[in-house]
Amino acid sequence: MEQYLALGIFLVVALVFGVVVLVVAGLVRPKKPSPEKLSTYECGLETQGPTWVQFKISYFMYALVFLIFDVETIFLYPWAVQFQKFGIFAFVEMIIFIGILVVGLWYAWKEGALEWL
Amino acid sequence: MVSPLVFWIVAGITIIAALAVVNLTNLIHSALWLIVAFVGVAITYLILEAEFLAAVQIIVYAGAIAILIVFGVMLTRRGDIRESNLFNNYRLAGGLISLGLMATIVTMVVKTQWAIDVAAVPANSVGLLAQNLLGQFVIPFEIAAMLLLVALVGAIIIAKEVRD
Repeated sequence: MEQYLALGIFLVVALVFGVVVLVVAGLVRPKKPSPEKLSTYECGLETQGPTWVQFKISYFMYALVFLIFDVETIFLYPWAVQFQKFGIFAFVEMIIFIGILVVGLWYAWKEGALEWL
Repeated sequence: MVSPLVFWIVAGITIIAALAVVNLTNLIHSALWLIVAFVGVAITYLILEAEFLAAVQIIVYAGAIAILIVFGVMLTRRGDIRESNLFNNYRLAGGLISLGLMATIVTMVVKTQWAIDVAAVPANSVGLLAQNLLGQFVIPFEIAAMLLLVALVGAIIIAKEVRD
């Protein structure tokens, strides 16, 4: 458990850093707001329409494919930890596992789930 | 051994995040607070020396599930997003049901005769898991791949229906 102490220190430093930067910036910066300054920045162009727009369904397809392969990572992780100790059999098992999921990737590709538009 | 103080801080952050999830009116903000709650639970797993579970919690829940929820919200949105989480209008009913659920769980936990194993926690629990997964339980392991495949294909068929 002690090995996670460094991780905890990182977490605390990251949180404190964010707060300190915002607070210090709030204390020292000059405040002269104008409508021009307060307008939303959108690549330097005039903003159009509301910020919260409905997403296209194709984005959801990426999320789905990502989720499946994210879960696959969970199975890869213990295998990768023990990889050196296992023989060829475990390697073949994992190739079969990935192979089954590649069929899913192929299907997603075929159905255009990976296309941007 | 971890100081109990660490646990109490993490538990406090998790509960505050969970309360923010149900009380904020913008569903996107709720989803972001949900990630904080997931990470809090992951750190609790770490305190319990369940490293693999902590990794799963971060990778799948804080990573993929949170993204899926944000996307789901943005796809099915109706009206103004800033007023999208209207379930917090049911504070009383929700609070009562949650209290009842908690009372049930606490009663069960207290009443159960837990079989306490005095053996030490294995140092390399992930390695042990891998040995079982790729040795004794190889068929369920491959079936899990089939399950993921079926889920992926089914989800794409449904999403395609919506898109067309």
